This record gives sequence, C-alpha cells and structure tokens, in this order.
Amino acid sequence: MSSLLRKLFLPSLLQRRLATALSLLAIALGVALGLAVQLIHDAALEEFGEGVRRLSGLADFQVVGPREGFDERLYGVLALRPEVAEASPILEVEARIPGAASTLRIIGIDLFRVAAVQPGLVPIAETEPGESVDRLAGLRERNLFLTVDAERELFGERTPDVGVGHREIVVQSGLTLHRLRHSGVLPATGGRLGVMDIASAQTLFGRTGTLTRIDIRIAEGLSRQAALDALAPLLPAGVVLRRVDEAAGEAGALSRAYRVNLTMLAAIALLTGGFLVFSAQWLAVSRRQREFALLRALGLDRRQLMHGLLAEGAVIGSLGGVAGVALGHALAAVTFRVAGADLGAGFFQGLVPTLKFDPLLSAAYLLLGVLAGVAGTGVPAREAARVVPARALHAGAPGAAAMSAMHRRTGAALAALSVAMVACLLPPVSDIPVGGYVAVAAVLGAAVLALPALTHGLARLLARGRHPVWRLARARFVAAAEQVVVASAGVVASVALASAMAIMVSSFRGSVDDWLSQVLPADLYLRASSASASGFLDAEALERIRALPGVDSADSVRAIQLRLDASAPQITLLARGISEGWGLPLVSGTLAPLSDSRLPSAWISEALADRGGLSPGDELELPIAGTMHRFAVAGIWRDYARQHGAVVIERQLYEAISGDSRINDVSIRLKPGQRADEVVGALQRTFGEDRTEIARPGEIRALTLQVFDRTFLITYLMEAVAVTIGLFGIATTFAAQAVTRKGEFGMLRHLGFTRGEIGRLLALEGAFAAGAGVLVGLAGGGAISLILVEVINRQSFHWSMDLSIPFGALATFALSLVALAAAVARLAARHVMSESAVLAVKEDW
Amino acid sequence: MRRSTPIFGAAPRRALVCVLCWLIPGLSFAADAGNGTAFAPVRPGHALSFPADLGAHPDFRTEWWYITGWTTDESGMERGFQVTFFRVRSGIGEGSASRFAPSQLVLAHAAVADPAIGRLRHAERAERAYSPLVGADRGATKAWVRDWILEWTGDRYRTRVAARDFTFELDFIPPRVPVLNGRGGYSQKSPEPHHASFYYSRPQLAVTGTLRVDGKSERVRGSAWLDHEWSSELMPERARGWDWLGINLQDGGSLMAFRMRDTAGAAIWTAFTLVDRNTEHRSQGPDAVRFTPLRNWRSPRSGAQYPVEWEIELNDQPGGEPRRLRVVPLMDDQELDSSRSTGAIYWEGAVRVTETPSDASAPAREIGRGYLEMTGYADRPRL
Repeated sequence: MSSLLRKLFLPSLLQRRLATALSLLAIALGVALGLAVQLIHDAALEEFGEGVRRLSGLADFQVVGPREGFDERLYGVLALRPEVAEASPILEVEARIPGAASTLRIIGIDLFRVAAVQPGLVPIAETEPGESVDRLAGLRERNLFLTVDAERELFGERTPDVGVGHREIVVQSGLTLHRLRHSGVLPATGGRLGVMDIASAQTLFGRTGTLTRIDIRIAEGLSRQAALDALAPLLPAGVVLRRVDEAAGEAGALSRAYRVNLTMLAAIALLTGGFLVFSAQWLAVSRRQREFALLRALGLDRRQLMHGLLAEGAVIGSLGGVAGVALGHALAAVTFRVAGADLGAGFFQGLVPTLKFDPLLSAAYLLLGVLAGVAGTGVPAREAARVVPARALHAGAPGAAAMSAMHRRTGAALAALSVAMVACLLPPVSDIPVGGYVAVAAVLGAAVLALPALTHGLARLLARGRHPVWRLARARFVAAAEQVVVASAGVVASVALASAMAIMVSSFRGSVDDWLSQVLPADLYLRASSASASGFLDAEALERIRALPGVDSADSVRAIQLRLDASAPQITLLARGISEGWGLPLVSGTLAPLSDSRLPSAWISEALADRGGLSPGDELELPIAGTMHRFAVAGIWRDYARQHGAVVIERQLYEAISGDSRINDVSIRLKPGQRADEVVGALQRTFGEDRTEIARPGEIRALTLQVFDRTFLITYLMEAVAVTIGLFGIATTFAAQAVTRKGEFGMLRHLGFTRGEIGRLLALEGAFAAGAGVLVGLAGGGAISLILVEVINRQSFHWSMDLSIPFGALATFALSLVALAAAVARLAARHVMSESAVLAVKEDW
Repeated sequence: MRRSTPIFGAAPRRALVCVLCWLIPGLSFAADAGNGTAFAPVRPGHALSFPADLGAHPDFRTEWWYITGWTTDESGMERGFQVTFFRVRSGIGEGSASRFAPSQLVLAHAAVADPAIGRLRHAERAERAYSPLVGADRGATKAWVRDWILEWTGDRYRTRVAARDFTFELDFIPPRVPVLNGRGGYSQKSPEPHHASFYYSRPQLAVTGTLRVDGKSERVRGSAWLDHEWSSELMPERARGWDWLGINLQDGGSLMAFRMRDTAGAAIWTAFTLVDRNTEHRSQGPDAVRFTPLRNWRSPRSGAQYPVEWEIELNDQPGGEPRRLRVVPLMDDQELDSSRSTGAIYWEGAVRVTETPSDASAPAREIGRGYLEMTGYADRPRL
C-alpha cells in the first residue's frame, strides 16, 4: 500500500498544486484560529489561577462575600473554631492612583497571620545603608510593600545601588488623597499589587470593620468536606466558603461564554476548510475516474482505492494541521504582544501571560485538521470506489452516479432543518448553548443539502435569457448541477456564516446604541473612580454638585457587588433614586414600584431574570449587609454592561438596610441653555482635577461602541477567512473543470465563439454557481442569525436584542461575491483558453 | 526581671520583617518603637495593689507574666517547663478606629526541658491584641493568644498551651500573697533610677495538671514560680545582657536574684529578694549579689558559651558573711534557639541549687529548684 500511495496517490496532489495548497491553507487557518483562541485563553486563565494561588498560598479555603466586603466579626468567630488551624484576614482594595490609568491592588494583611497562610505576602522591609532595621516596619501606618512588578510599573527599573529611598505613592480614597511610603518588597514578585497593615488599610480607605476575604487552613486530619459542613452555617448571607481552586473557576466562568463562541467560530472556519477539501477531492476524483477504472481493471481492489484517496485527504489534513498548529502559536504570541490576553473582551485586563507549548492541545488540533481532510475526502472516495470499472472506462460524464444521490438529499435537508428547530428549544448546558450550536450546524448542513434542489429551481428562472453565451452557461448549470453544487458548497457555508454574523452584529450594535441613549439620559456623568476602585463620593459632595450654578439636578448611584453562591460570578446591585425620571430600558414589567406588593420593588436585568427564572411579580432574595432581604420583581430591563446580572433597588431603602451612603456615579442634568463646559470646569475646581472623572454621554457612547467594535474585531477576521475560503472553492472547481473541458472550448471556438466569449461563458458559469451558493447561503445565514440572536446570545450572555438586518451591506456583499466568483472562475481557466482551438479538440481524442 | 537580648548586627539593607520578632521584646522597642508615645513611667513610691495589679498595664511599654517550674510525672520523670505571655505597647495605631490597630501586641512563649531528648522543646506565638482572639486584660491576670492562655481564676492560675510536639494544661495554686521585689515592687535595673520596672514574684506555686510529650499524656505535679513585671524603660543602653534566677527553696522560702551585665561582662546592677521562713531579705546595688561562673558549656548549634554552673554569693547582711549557693542545671543544653524566627538565642533552664555550709567539711545539700536565665552570650545573629 505504501508504494501504491507513493506512486499513484500522493503525486496526484502535487499535480494539482493550487487546489492542494488552498485546501491545505484552509485547514491550516481553521486549526490556527481555533488553537490560538484556546491558547490565549488557557494562558490567561493559568496566569489568573497562578495569581490566585500565589496570593492564597497554603490556604485550603477562602471566605469571600460581596466585593465591598463583610463584617470582620466573622474572623473572630472562624479563627476560634477547632476546625480552623490558621485564619488570615484580608482587606483588598483597588486603590485609585490619581493621574494613573490603572489602579493598584492593595492587600491589607495581618502581619502575624500571613506567614502561616500566605508566605508570599510577608513584607520584607528595606532600609537605607546606615539606617537601623525597623522591626515594626510591617505594622506602621502608611508603609506599603510592593511586588517587583508593581514597583517597576510605579517607579521604573531599579538600579542596583539605589534603595527605596522613601519613595511615595499617592492613593485616593473617596475624594481624599493619602501618601504611602514605599517601605520594601514582597516574596511574591508577580502581579501589580502592594501589601500594607490591615488596620492601616481599613482606616485609610474608610473600610473600618470590614474584610474582603479570610484565607483559612483547616486543622490537620480534617476532611475538607467536614470543615465545610461545620463552618458554612456560621457564614452570614452573601458570604461563602470556597476552595481556592474555585476562585480560578470563577474566572473561567466569567469568560466561558465568550470563549466558547470564539471556538465555535473557529470550528466553522475548519468546517469550511473541510468543504474545500471536499470540493477539491470531488473534482479530482471525477477527473481521475478513468485512471481509477484502469487501475481497478489492473487489479487494484476497492478497498485499496478508497484507502489511497483517504490517505490523500489525511496528508492534506495533517500538513494543514501542522501548519495550523505553528500558525496558531504564532498568532497567540502576536496577540499577547499586541493586545494582552483578554481577546478584546476585557475579562483579563492587566495580565501578562506567557505562551506555552501544550503538546496535548496541539495534538488535538492537529487531529482536527487530519479529520477535516479525511472527512472531506470521505464521500468522493466512496463514490470513486463504488463506480464499476468497465462503465467508467467509457463514460465521459463524471459522477453520474452521484447525481441521483444528491437529489435524494432534499429529504435529508428537511430533516436537518427540523433537527435545527428542535435544537433551538433545548436549554443551555452549564450556560453553554449546545442546542444553539447544534442548530447552526444543522442549518448549515440543510443549506448544503438543499443546494441541488434550489439549483434546479434557479435554473428554471434562468431559462428566460436568449443570448447564446447565457444559454450555454445555463445549460451547463443544469447539466452539471452536481459540479455546481460542489463548487458552491464552500460558498454556501461561508456566506451563511458571514451573513449570520453580519446580521447579528448589526442587530447587537443597533440595540447597544439604543440602549446607551436610554441609560444615559443626563447631560454629565461624574465619578471618583470606577465602582471597583477606592474612589467614591458622599452625600456632602452630592450637595456641592447640586449647589453649582447651571446644575438643574443631580442623581446618584451606588453600585456594589453581591455574591449569590460560591462558584458563580457576582451580580451588581445598583441603588438609586427611582422616582427621578430614570431611564431603565425595560423589556417587561413597569417602571413604577409595585403598589400591590408588601415587598419593596426591584428591577432586574435579563441575565438575572434568566439565572433565577424570574418574571415581574416574582419574589427575589438578595444578601445585603449580611442578611437576606426580600424584594418583588417590578420589571426586567436590558443590560449589556453587566453580563452576570444586575438589580436596581431604591437608594433610600439600600441606605437604611446597609448604612452605606457612598456614591459611585452622579448623573447631572443642566439647566436649559447651560453650557456643559462651564459646569465641567466648576466641578473640576470643586473636587480637584485628578480626583474625579467627568464624562458626557457622547463620550461614553463613543467609548462603548469602540469597545464593542474591538470586541467583534476577531469576528470580522473569521468572516474574512470564511469568505476567502469560499472563493477558493470556486477557483479550485473552475480550474479543475477547465482542464476537463478543453475539448468543449475547442469545439466552441470552431463554432465561432471568440476567446472573450468563452471567458464570459466561464464568468457567467462562475456567477451562476456562486449566485446559487450565495442565495442559499443568505437564506441559511438569515436562519443562523436568528439562532445567534434568539438562542446563542440569549443563552450564553443573556442579552436580548432587536433584529436589524443590514440589507444594503448584505446586498453589496452578495453582489461583490458573485462578481468576484465570476472573475475568479475566468481567471482559473485562463491558461486553458489560451491554447489553440485545433490543438484542444485534437487532444480530447 | 527577665528579658532576652535581641542583638543586631550592622543593619542589612534588606531585612526580613519576621513575624515572630516580637517574641523577645527587648532593646529594639526602646530604640525604635513609639517615638512620641507617652509611655507610663515607673517611679518609686507607687503602691502595688492586688488583685488589680495582677492584670495588664497597657499604658506601659512592655509587660510579662513568666511561669517557670519543675514537674514530676507518675513514673517519676522530672522535667522543667516555662510559659510566658508578653504584652507590648507598640506605639503604632493608637487612636485608630480599626480594631486591628497593632497598638498592643501579645506574644507567648512555651518550652519543656526534657532530659529524655537532652534539649528544649519550644513553641512561640505572636499576635496583635484583637478581641476575642488575642488579648491581655486589665484587672486580673488574663493573657491569651488564641487557644494559648494564662489566667487567674480567683484562687489559682491556669494555663493551657498546645504546640506541635508538646501540650500542657496546668493549674498553679499560690500559697501566699505576692512577694514584692525591690522597694515595694519598684525594681531598679541600673544606678539610674528610671531604668526600673514594677515587679512581683509568686514563688512556691503548687502545680497539678497534664503534660503531653510525644503524644503521651501524663499527670504531673510540681512546683513553679511566676514573675509579673511591667516597665517602660528598663535596660540601660550599655547593658549587654543579664543573669537571673528564681528558686523555690525546700524550706518554703524563695530566692530571686539578677545581675545586669555590661559589654565587658561586669555587673552594672544586681539585686535579690530572699524569703527565708517568715523574714524577707532584700538588697540591691552594684554588688548585692556576686555571680561567679564555675563551668561553661558551649552550644554546638550557636557556638555560644554559657556558664551553666554558678556560685552565687548573697550579701544579705551588711558586714556579715555572705551566703554561698551553687547553681547546677538539670541538663546543660537548655539553650533556646529561636534564631530562625526571632534572631535571639539565650539560655533558659531548670536548675538545682545547693548550699555549701559555712563548715566547709560538711557535704553540699540541695536546698531548692528553679530556673536560670542567661542572655547576651550568643553570637550576633545574621538575618
């Protein structure tokens, strides 16, 4: 077999270099994209998990609650329990550094507790030469110890002979600035973070009495489950005990939906590559039918023939796979360098991961490439093996047997469509819309399967034309429908994918745009920092804003994060005035508080509604300030900003429950005719220019849409790849056909066709083939976009959106693709047309 | 009077701020803590009152409750033990709203002198005071660091210590009221009167309880000694270390003696309190007690050389013949090596005391048992 392979099959790949190269490229691209997405994400997650492990050291469990922390009395309770060997209290603050783009993570520690639990956080004090060692350095107020990473970022590279030299770091708490002394370093080198005494952190950042985490080592000989069972009942509402590795799991959950979506896009690229192999092999098989028949007559058996052809596919697949694995690593490396690890989605900002070669993962993707090659060859190989040698030796028309097979598949197409419909109704599996992906695959399959029947219908429509070239092209279109199908299968897949994405992105972008204008009704927005960082405003600041000339009214929002369970990401609680002309983009329920309920009203985002299966009128329990509080759902609103869920409650009620009167955002409405610039200036004078961030709705909107577009950048890239692959399909088909049709062209030249007319004939044929593909692809794409919007997005991100079809863009796209296909078809056959007519006719005999 | 000398070499540019450095509150606090903090001064003439003064005095810089003693288990095995709770006012975070403010630190130290292994087993803890986990209460003795505790229950002291390789839970019943050292509890440490502490001892504590070593729990009995001392400025700068002993005498009496040494090894100040049946003899001054080394032992670990046997001369009657006592250790190696954590290495061990009668031909007889502490002998540790 191996000598057969070497002599008969593999050389055939070399003969059709273009087709082979394109198939290879397509597979390589599919493999590369999928692998790159996976590599980038794995590296980011690993870096994140490494950070968690480094900071939690030897802890078995972490006690975590809302982002803003929980009552520190829990520490006293837990530390005294016999199940607890060591407990280390932590207050973590994202300190805003005025004038700097990013925050500094400050971890308040109890020096006496960290060594036993988190040795990486034990401060190492530094003194200048001649200075005596301050043994209390780790306890002193305002002493800050930085990791090497943080030090480098804040102060630049240190030269060997220069000590810390009492460098200062200014951090902001609320609207107040504090100077911290850089007093030393940490054993943990990675991550942009600093350590200070917990008491100091509590007082400086106004967090007295709260902790954000307790790291726990359980007593020796106790099982984790036993410890969990004993300790969990002691925790207040909204505070959970979780294993350290679950923290990394939460990060995984944060980005899982996004990652799965990208991987599915890569899979579609790979699938399209498979189609290309299919079309190239199919034509190759057709062309070599006589050769195969001869070989069969000379003693090659069916099995050997089939194996030989499959081996061809496997060779293309493995070469493409190897190239793809290399390309994928290169792509990931470039992405790390250029964009960091968050794939444009913002989940892992600030992480600097390192790229590692993962043999298992690479092997898996290589295997996928081989599979695509083999699967693409499967059907042509079976067809080739099925042919009766004696008949094939005579028959000029290739693949006659396959024709009828294609027709029979209309029924299969209908079956695939019904599968798609059923799959759409399935619920997601652990937040991944498996049904949706199955439906997309089924629709793609249905579109390809329905192609012959639709081609037939299209041919009937084309019967109107009278011009000879047109009629010839149509005749060819009808007679060689099966070849048309092969040529356009790739087009169908890529057009379906591209148009579906285009419709989805357009719907999404339009909906986000509408949403922004609804949620940003004011004229100016002011905040001291993002809600997760240490800047905030208070009631007094709000009064000062209201008192400014030109300010008509100012509303405040308090945004905190609540934890509903141990493994799921936190949800956002927004406390705000609800009677003051507020703009919540409701999808159901009412803006007015429920008057008939004895419970206070809450307005939840779609994500939260999906998560809890809630509708207006239902009851909702929220853990606020350590106890559960019940609310009635008054309305459900659309929220594109907080994927893991958000809930709005009345500000005064929140303050009464929690005693927390901080403010994160202030929305300011100006008096009619008031110029915003003047008020911005007044605000900056009031609070200090670098202590607050002021934005106009226009800026927020522009920034948001910019982030949106960046997020979908990778999607556009995938689309381009898919469309290119589709065009490759047309090119290979026509290049291959052209060779077999030399005689035909010679005859036409005899009959008086000019070379230009033959070129037009080919272009027209290409246009017909592509047109059929594009039409079917658009239909499929429309269906897929519906699945994307209504099933996949809904299930993975919990976002509803209003369908908006970009007709103009789609039409332009479709027409240019048809035109391109015409050009490509003509180009592919140009060397055949250039031969002399006599020679061509002679050669055929 | 007891502390251990933390000795530092030239300050390294990078020094580990070790968590347990607080175990031995010593010079460093005098040198670098609490600039501007108003520590309560120790002045003569202040009358101690009990039980209030059994409790903590958080206005002073340092304070300790130090119990040392001998135990005998049911098989007759004798061991020494030591448990100490220190309280330190750091001068940091006073007036802070945070309960974590490290203004008061509580440290605990425990050791068992086990002749079976020929050296000390010891364990240590250090924490900031944080109710209800760690604290040192005013009023009556109660100092604790999580589950390690020493408290006065009204008629006895009770302690519980659990370390990796030993555990003890002991009761101490005092036979009498506290013995005040120095002048009414005002104990001078150098010729300058401000180097002083408030200091009382409780000798002849009757010990009962359990001691667990190597996983084997034993009922033990014995006799112990408690020192309670608090001060703000105790050690003169020229001091290098000290030698201290607290001995329960077989006749029911007790002896406390100490010597503060300078860097040359000469006495800066000495004092003793001898309770002899019903009379109390006290004396202080540069030569109230004479310490004469008889035999040295070199630590194979630190290389430090300790005079483990002593002759002590007490000049209890001016002009009279001094009493001569001989101090012999339970075992030589009772060096407390915490150089990995605290950087301090000192000798703290169980000793027997014999008296050489004035009639030199009569044999020396054991007159009591107790503890000897020697600091400032070890090499300078490197961090």
